[in-house]
Amino acid sequence: MNNWPMPWPRTRKHWAITNRNPPQMKTYTDQGKQDTRSGFGAGMTELGRTNPRVVSLCADLVGSLKIETFIEENPERFFQTGIAEANMMGIAAGLTIGGYIPFASTFANFATGRVYDQIRQSIAYSGKNVKICASHAGITLGEDGATHQILEDLGLMKMLPGMVVINPCDFNQTKAATLAIAEYEGPVYLRFGRPKVANFTPVDQSFEIGKAVQLQEGSDVTIIATGHLVWESLQAAERLHQQGITADVIDIHTIKPLDEEAILASVAKTGCVVTAEEHNYLGGLGESVSGLLARRYPVPQEFVAVQDTFGESGTPEDLMEKYGINNKAVEKAVLKVLERKAG
Amino acid sequence: MAETKDLEALATQVRRDILRMVHQCNSGHPGGSLGCTEFFVALYNEIMELKDGFDMDGKGEDLFFLSNGHISPVWYSILARKGYFPLEELSTFRMINSRLQGHPTTHEGLPGVRVASGSLGQGMSVAIGAALAKKLNKDPHLVFSLHGDGELQEGQNWEAIMYAGSKGVDNLISTIDRNGQQIDGPTEEVMALGNVGAKLATFGWDVLELEDGNDLKAVIGALKEAKSRTGKGKPVAIVMDTVMGHGVDFMMHTHAWHGKAPNDEQLANALAQNPETLGDY
Repeated sequence: MNNWPMPWPRTRKHWAITNRNPPQMKTYTDQGKQDTRSGFGAGMTELGRTNPRVVSLCADLVGSLKIETFIEENPERFFQTGIAEANMMGIAAGLTIGGYIPFASTFANFATGRVYDQIRQSIAYSGKNVKICASHAGITLGEDGATHQILEDLGLMKMLPGMVVINPCDFNQTKAATLAIAEYEGPVYLRFGRPKVANFTPVDQSFEIGKAVQLQEGSDVTIIATGHLVWESLQAAERLHQQGITADVIDIHTIKPLDEEAILASVAKTGCVVTAEEHNYLGGLGESVSGLLARRYPVPQEFVAVQDTFGESGTPEDLMEKYGINNKAVEKAVLKVLERKAG
Repeated sequence: MAETKDLEALATQVRRDILRMVHQCNSGHPGGSLGCTEFFVALYNEIMELKDGFDMDGKGEDLFFLSNGHISPVWYSILARKGYFPLEELSTFRMINSRLQGHPTTHEGLPGVRVASGSLGQGMSVAIGAALAKKLNKDPHLVFSLHGDGELQEGQNWEAIMYAGSKGVDNLISTIDRNGQQIDGPTEEVMALGNVGAKLATFGWDVLELEDGNDLKAVIGALKEAKSRTGKGKPVAIVMDTVMGHGVDFMMHTHAWHGKAPNDEQLANALAQNPETLGDY
């Protein structure tokens, strides 16, 4: 059932006029650049101290996953599996039998594509309470190149029935998400990254799985972003604001289950949407949003995402520029979708 | 301990269950199921310490994981005859809306099953995880697992074998069903496994060789010996030679009945070789 009113036809002239005096924007301050993987590590440290059921597994990437403190403080609750991710996923599934909450961690590439069938059968289909914690996701892994830059993991994971898929945007949110998934019963894919990026969401925020966070309010366009693209979208929104264009900026940290009501409410107001993610446009957040809108409320949509290619070596900044997943790309996509909306 | 003749009678009845289940839905895997009948009868009646009822965590009891999930008929029969679920439910095997899926799952909530299996090579890792949980819980009970020999061609097994040996997971007893057959033919022709016991020993396991895995007394003896070797710093393996299709003459010594159901005539012949002992479902 479509409970939402159809958007009225609006012209380019119309939106330009309505925003002659755009509302004030909220201000977000970078508290100091940090990597989201360190947010995961901080969350693990806290879980180690507060939840005796939490156990940690890692496939020879302890330093990269920032779980040294957890291991130091809880050596009996850490399992080093060596470079053997398939076995790690199976052991994690087994540890749930006996009441533990395993956090199995490695790079996103090895936490998904390499072990898809193990996750599918031993974890997802078996309904095991395993948290798959994936660092170095996406292209911002940087210099290591495409062998390690998975841009397909959100799609792989969201297609598994019952799998919760979360991609937080900064250090604070990643820590909050790490704590939140320990309280949730069921399989979860938690995705985070390597580069140091702006840390702008509140310290010790509450994190509700499946609940979108509205960061800016506007009426011309809805920008729905996840992961590292949330900060980029805020930058884009600021520049658009200076041009008289106001945007709803929504942080979708949970790709699945998708906060459909928040998206529909915003799009009913704006009539167009830009999705932004560090992922292939096939199978990612954008596709989830377009699927929702096709069923409930069709409007023009532009995808800020990698265009079905592999990545390459480079700095995160250079890669985001080349592959069109930074604030400039979001700004450009907004201008394009507004043109399409004006028809 | 149960009388051996009672267990022999149970084994014969389990064979009938396997054959009738597979025949009814005209699909499933009778060969490996028949070959492992003595193992299941021994394990569930003489070896494992089990609580009444079923809960997923299985604290305070021994656990079993079937890695080669395609031999589900023998497991389902044993579970039903141990009272995990109603015997008549065996008639729903592989039918729509059944808890008895072609390969075992937890998805439909079948008591006795703790993880899905069927995509081969995953069971030992899960069994190791459950064994580690028992250690964390200071639960002295054991974890048992069963694996096909052809299944050892899956690389994940060797990750798991290396882990258990390296980390001394000594509350785990993994049995390899060394029937020498797989879908495309003898294992030594498809991709030779060689000396499985020697390989496991090299990976740090305490290995027992069981020459006749279809001799009930021998199976019980080997499993008891394996139990006595737990808690000594090494995982324990039993390399168990069995005959695929054991107990039905025309199904023995061939891979032809790995995944094929008997027709009406063949079923009658097979059942005549295994007369009813405890009552059909």
